[in-house]
Amino acid sequence: MRRLGGILSLAAVLAYVAFSIAPIWWVAMTAIKDPVEVAEATPTFLPGPAPDPTATRDRGLTFTPYWRNFVDIFVAEERWWVRPDGSPSFSAPGPDDVGWTAQVDYERTDFLANLINSVIIAGLSTFIAVAMGTLAAYGFSRFTIAGAKDWLFFILSTRMLPPVVVAVPIFLMFSRLGLKDTHLGLIIIYTVFNISFAVWMMKGFMDEIPKEYEEAAVVDGYTRMQAFWKVVLPQAWTGIAATAVFCLITAWNEYAFALILTNEVAKTAPVTIAGFKGGSLGIEWGKMAASSLVFMAPVVVFTFLMRDHLLRGITFGAIKK
Amino acid sequence: MTPSAASDARALTPPRGLRDLHIRNLFIIPTLALLILFNVFPLLWSLVLSFSEYRATGSTAPQAVGLANFRELLSRPDIHGYFIFTARFTVLAVAIEAALGFSLALLLNRTLPGKGLIVTLLLLPMMMSPAIMAKFWAYILDPNFGVLAWGFRALGLKPILWFSDQTSALWALVLVDVWQWTPFVMLISLAGLGAIPKHLYEAAQIDRASRWFVFTRITVPLVAPLVMMALIFRTMDAFKIFDLIVLTEGGPFDQTVSVSWHLKRLALTQSETGIGSALGYMVLVLVIGLANLYLKYLDRIQGKTA
Repeated sequence: MRRLGGILSLAAVLAYVAFSIAPIWWVAMTAIKDPVEVAEATPTFLPGPAPDPTATRDRGLTFTPYWRNFVDIFVAEERWWVRPDGSPSFSAPGPDDVGWTAQVDYERTDFLANLINSVIIAGLSTFIAVAMGTLAAYGFSRFTIAGAKDWLFFILSTRMLPPVVVAVPIFLMFSRLGLKDTHLGLIIIYTVFNISFAVWMMKGFMDEIPKEYEEAAVVDGYTRMQAFWKVVLPQAWTGIAATAVFCLITAWNEYAFALILTNEVAKTAPVTIAGFKGGSLGIEWGKMAASSLVFMAPVVVFTFLMRDHLLRGITFGAIKK
Repeated sequence: MTPSAASDARALTPPRGLRDLHIRNLFIIPTLALLILFNVFPLLWSLVLSFSEYRATGSTAPQAVGLANFRELLSRPDIHGYFIFTARFTVLAVAIEAALGFSLALLLNRTLPGKGLIVTLLLLPMMMSPAIMAKFWAYILDPNFGVLAWGFRALGLKPILWFSDQTSALWALVLVDVWQWTPFVMLISLAGLGAIPKHLYEAAQIDRASRWFVFTRITVPLVAPLVMMALIFRTMDAFKIFDLIVLTEGGPFDQTVSVSWHLKRLALTQSETGIGSALGYMVLVLVIGLANLYLKYLDRIQGKTA
């Protein structure tokens, strides 16, 4: 009876894990399918030998992986021709046209440009937020500050604010300051968004570093600043890394402000992917999935690297390990 | 500062390096300044705008109109619809996440082979971009070429037409939110379950208490505060639903437009800046109200167990 219960609960848990992973799995599978396979009425689920082309219903479970999507999402090929008189043509030569030379241009796609934007914006905003947050956390952890609790609560409350409440004034403010559709604008917003989190997370980690370490360093002749750099920071390193990963994931995935505040120059990858529009044949899901997979890959890696800190991070430092 | 005061200050300074007071200010003030500049200031500005007649595209300066924007909002039937829809979504999503997340935590609260891997895998949805996953879920749920519809047909069932009417589109949104956020409730519940002192269970065993008694008198009261905290987070977040609307893009016929999604339309078209600000404040008051309601309830259950 006990045994049976254990097996049943394990089965239930595994079923839920399957439900959690299935959509991500399906992104990965769609990313390595060619457009024909994507359009098939009967789906295949695993990379492997090609399905029987004559079968309509029992096509089997496997398909031949198609890696071209990962090139196509980054580089767009443009073919054009040069007529004998040297003028360019964007339509292919007819049977009577002789002496045309084929040309091909490679251009980076919007997705690549926007992915680079994402890297710059998420990276810099995370760096600034974590740097400022670490300093402020140290300040709150070690010094007496009038109304420290109120200030900390104020910092927390800014994070709880629904983003849309400040969206209107931020939009107006950015229009006047010329920050709309700029990298700097989004970097500022994401820094502000993450800094409250960084302060709270880092304060937890700072509180765990014994004060005596710095005091000993000061007795040894370090200045307070030197003690901070050489004694406290090395101790706080794990905390800083965990905080940075969380800030990075938040900034990386952010959608609302990126949608409202950018339209071309500083557009980030989530806006591009979520806004994928198809041509006459509908959305090219293979490319869309490949873009998503490239975008998600670093997050998956970080999730595995940071699994021990995840709980602390997602509860804003409220639950410690 | 007079020369003598300056020398007094110097006399109090430790021999080398910056004084603590300066370090403190140097470390804290930039962060506070940034938050005040880009959070408090916009909030105050939009408070002023919410009581003003103002169009960002127009050439006239904001005109104070008192409560007119709020009255206007309350009289618009479409706004009622957005609020009711958002509330329905929030209640359904949070209730299911709470039940499912807590049950999963109970199942996982034991030594299981590969438990660490299971927990990490369950976390993945939470770390994904909601907007992108919403877009991809639209592909999965598509009644014509979606893989789920194929599964239904293969089993001889009729595929669900997720995006054809408000109720099914609402359930589609709930499904994706549950997929993404159940692990959050699970994780916090699991932490709560792990923190219950073992000796309580041992004592109950000695007293030959029934499993039901142990569950209702020890387990539930002791994890309740943490679970409540998870639900506060989830409720506030669900009420702000924005990214996920990518799934339905507000359709069919504007029937799955959340308050935030509508606010974005107001902000983007810029035509009704004053009214948009007022709507933002309505959301803010509601979210604060909800959080307080939970906190009150939390106090009550904590009072009972203490």
